[in-house]
Amino acid sequence: MRKVMTGNYASAYGAKVSRAEVIAAYPITPQTSIVEKLAEFVAAGEMKAKFIPVESEHSAMAACVSASIAGARTYTATSSHGLTLMHEVLMWASGARLPIVMTNVSRAMAPPWSVWADHMDSVAQRDTGWMQFFCESNQEVLDTIIMAYKICESEHVMLPAMIIEDAFILSHTSEPVDVPDQDMVDSFLPEYDPAVKLEVGNPMGFGSLVRPDQYMEFRYKAMKAMESARERIASVEDEFRRTFGRSYGGLLDEYRCEDAEVVLIVAGSAAGTTREVVDSMRDRGIRVGLARLRALRPFPQEELRALANRVRGIAVLDRSYTFGAAGAFYTETCGSLYPQAKRPFVKNYIAGLGGRDITPGIIEGIFSDMIDATDRGEVAGPEWVDVAGLERRWR
Amino acid sequence: MTKSYEDIPLTPISSVPSTMNKTGLWRVFYPVVDFDKCTKCTLCWKFCPDAAIQLVDGLPVIDLEFCKGCGICANECPAKCITMVKEGE
Repeated sequence: MRKVMTGNYASAYGAKVSRAEVIAAYPITPQTSIVEKLAEFVAAGEMKAKFIPVESEHSAMAACVSASIAGARTYTATSSHGLTLMHEVLMWASGARLPIVMTNVSRAMAPPWSVWADHMDSVAQRDTGWMQFFCESNQEVLDTIIMAYKICESEHVMLPAMIIEDAFILSHTSEPVDVPDQDMVDSFLPEYDPAVKLEVGNPMGFGSLVRPDQYMEFRYKAMKAMESARERIASVEDEFRRTFGRSYGGLLDEYRCEDAEVVLIVAGSAAGTTREVVDSMRDRGIRVGLARLRALRPFPQEELRALANRVRGIAVLDRSYTFGAAGAFYTETCGSLYPQAKRPFVKNYIAGLGGRDITPGIIEGIFSDMIDATDRGEVAGPEWVDVAGLERRWR
Repeated sequence: MTKSYEDIPLTPISSVPSTMNKTGLWRVFYPVVDFDKCTKCTLCWKFCPDAAIQLVDGLPVIDLEFCKGCGICANECPAKCITMVKEGE
């Protein structure tokens, strides 16, 4: 059924058709309409789920952890300061190996106070052991939630996943979205039935104390699980494509990269703008391409190495900044490429913080600068784009 | 003995509660209840943060193998019938 809806409603419908059984959430701009819609679904009896209103995001995630241990399919949604308040319990969810799915409406961290698009909140949770998927469209938000449950609940994975939609650009912008038929989703995504779960008649403690002689083995298992998620993500997406006719390019979604000289790595909604710019520059005979970073975790290391073998330059656009280093997507990219012999020039561009528009002009400016830097063989950076007061500025 | 990563569950799972872990030796002070003054209000039982107090005929009986000697029971008792006594005295 095709409907016109916001990214937030796409998240709510994603949780609905995935038959989430427990939803625990706390409202925060710009996530609020996700949980409002889910509360409506539950109140109207359209969704057979327990909706738990809680007093904070820390409690929201704690409730999801408990419900998941008891064998329920759980969902929550948050944004920025709500996500960072969850930080401790995010570690708990992955360490306890719980397949919780959450939408994060990616928003800037304060101060300065801001409610607009920025990836700092999501990037700051990179090391929590969650899979992280950045979405380009509202349809991708809905579809990725369905796929995420199937990936997370796989016995070889059993890890949580974060679905990331850019604040306002996706969360509050309406697009046509196909809501898949419930019976099709039901046959694609079977009921969640974990091998071990908490039961009333059989009390158990989950995530108990272990001494130094046993801790590393549990972390090693989690590492293996995240690595095996790579294959699972690919196979689930393949099955999704065969069932629903849509797919999103795995961990690294490449667009017109086949014979590209320079490619731009970008995550989230700015990828849509980049596609337009790539087409326009290609029309003028400039061989550029887009490599959309769809997953920050697991990071597409092999995919980037393969891409690096074919291109002269890689520009990396970060919509967040790690002070004292560089953009996180950039350092991750460089880290992936270093072990191999063929390493193209890589340059970091910082743009779009706190909801600043990433315009076609900015994207074209980055491509032109990267081509120039590659020709000259000089890739200083990180380069902050469109900052008032800087001599070099393009918009 | 350290088990192979292949022979352990996804996350450590215990079948016994943490009360199996005797903590009485942690204590510096231990509570002594004057049952003649106790009004059976049960506040000590409610406030004990580690559930080390059982009610027997309404009177608090403290499990000294588990009580950590925090003194919250003595602090909360309205009848002032719980005294904290230093271990060994």
